[in-house]
Amino acid sequence: MTSLGDDRTLVEFVYHESRLIDEKRFDEWYDLYAGDGRYWMPLTRGQPEGAEHTSLFDEDKLLLKIRIERLRNPKSYSQAHPSWCQHILQAPRVEARDAGAEMAVLRTPFVYLEYQQDQQEVYAGIAWHYLRYGGEKIVIALKKIELLNCEGALPSLHLFP
Amino acid sequence: MTDYRHSTAAIRALVCDDAVHRDVYLNPELFDLEMERLWPSAWTYVGHDSQVPNSGDFLTVTVARQPLLMLRGADGTVRVLLNRCAHKGAKIVGAGSGNCGKVLRCSYHGWTYALDGALRTVPVKSGYDETRFCESQAARGLTRVAETAAYRGFVFCRMSRTGPKFEEYFGDSLTSIDNLADRSPVGRLEVSGPPLRYMHNSNWKMFVENLNDTMHPMVAHESSAGTARALWQEQPADAPKPMVIEQFLPFVSNYDFFDKMGVKIYEHGHSYTGVNFSIHSSYSAIPDYAAQMEAAYGAERARAILGESRHNTVYYPSLTVKGAIQTIRVVRPIAADKTLIESFTLRLVGAPTALLERSATYNLIINSPTSVVGHDDLYCYRAIQEGLAANGNEWVSLARNYSDREKERGVLGTHNGTSEVSMRGQFRAWVAAMTAEGER
Repeated sequence: MTSLGDDRTLVEFVYHESRLIDEKRFDEWYDLYAGDGRYWMPLTRGQPEGAEHTSLFDEDKLLLKIRIERLRNPKSYSQAHPSWCQHILQAPRVEARDAGAEMAVLRTPFVYLEYQQDQQEVYAGIAWHYLRYGGEKIVIALKKIELLNCEGALPSLHLFP
Repeated sequence: MTDYRHSTAAIRALVCDDAVHRDVYLNPELFDLEMERLWPSAWTYVGHDSQVPNSGDFLTVTVARQPLLMLRGADGTVRVLLNRCAHKGAKIVGAGSGNCGKVLRCSYHGWTYALDGALRTVPVKSGYDETRFCESQAARGLTRVAETAAYRGFVFCRMSRTGPKFEEYFGDSLTSIDNLADRSPVGRLEVSGPPLRYMHNSNWKMFVENLNDTMHPMVAHESSAGTARALWQEQPADAPKPMVIEQFLPFVSNYDFFDKMGVKIYEHGHSYTGVNFSIHSSYSAIPDYAAQMEAAYGAERARAILGESRHNTVYYPSLTVKGAIQTIRVVRPIAADKTLIESFTLRLVGAPTALLERSATYNLIINSPTSVVGHDDLYCYRAIQEGLAANGNEWVSLARNYSDREKERGVLGTHNGTSEVSMRGQFRAWVAAMTAEGER
């Protein structure tokens, strides 16, 4: 066992991460990300890394912070009717771990529901958590979300799959 | 309910000098008439020729309910055909894009067509020996749209047989496309990847009007750009400014800034904001790019190209262009209250990759279905769509900076940036196209 903990610990971490979003505990959620952490939702299947490729989300901590603070801003008119979301996760699986580098990769198929003013949208996809031992705790180096309908026409997506 | 189909007078009555009736956004029959009259008579954007670089490459799109096929032929020409088999009408190509090889082959009965649309083979053709097949429309192969034109790689079509020629329709507004393409040291653009596809539950004209509406950013985008500004102000004064901060901050510029930006109006509903400067003027320089441009064009011309910083150019009704940040947004109306907006990132061929990164980042934070800027825009369009149901005031005011002199002198030329003159120009074009005597 490394300082990342056993597989059960990592799986619990992934459950916890989506629960924080669903409960809008965004400060705690933000703190799960490493200083150089990233929240990424590619626009295409198999999209390579690189900022020259347009994505649906490609958030460093600054952009995440802007999103979180904006959601709390009373002038966020598109939240006049607040959005709520619900993650339904299939059991996360540890796909890889590197004891030396203290890195682990988990794969989690999910269904994501987002609700606002009588409308409920259904999304699905695969979440990949690249976790790292950050000295004192587990942190997210990268959460990559492969959305099933990433290339499809989408309505406003307000929260975080 | 007013019968608009059979009354051009009723349509004319919808557009006053400084206001429009709510029905232009709400009425399904008017939407049908827009698809039958306004859109077919306009030059509408189909795609970019970089999306079909090789013989047999195709792209399928729906423009004003018409299934279209943009296809590069063996002769290198890009054609726009109706995506409909000449036999029983099945779409001849089902995929969104790809390469069809040397022929198009229908999935149903296997009729094949050359890349220029001509009918090549019909299985067991003897079955037509004693028929009038040769005189039929089916024998003529795939139908081409009435007119096609390509300008700096941008492919447009006009579906009506009558109407202004391409250059006449767009006039000097084409300088915005020139400026966009000229920003490449070799003068060429490439579409980079698929578009962001954002479904709007609102009328298409609200989106188009908003592109030159400079009185909304400081209000609608205060929550996003204002939050970015507040977070930035907490940073030490010498901290390097991240690209996203550079892109967010100008959205909360003051009224004076947007007013002095200026707006230029052309005929047929086209216009652009950012005559003098724009929200894109103060981005940091990309290393090596200016030197590349000077080497390609000479110092003076390079400065002139990069000195232009147009904000949004509206190529009414189907395309909006942001030359200074190399993104385009394509307007695809679906119903009176449903519009698909497709936002493409463009690569300046030969320019540093950092420019493409800047464009992709801008497209994501501003135009994506996840955009905190886009959310508040769409919220406002939807608020109009629902608010206009209110009886007691059936009119939408477009009176900012209107005067009766506009009646005689028209709307053309440069105006103060916060004027609603661009919208008045759009509705002049709208009413003309919707009431024109044409081929119907």
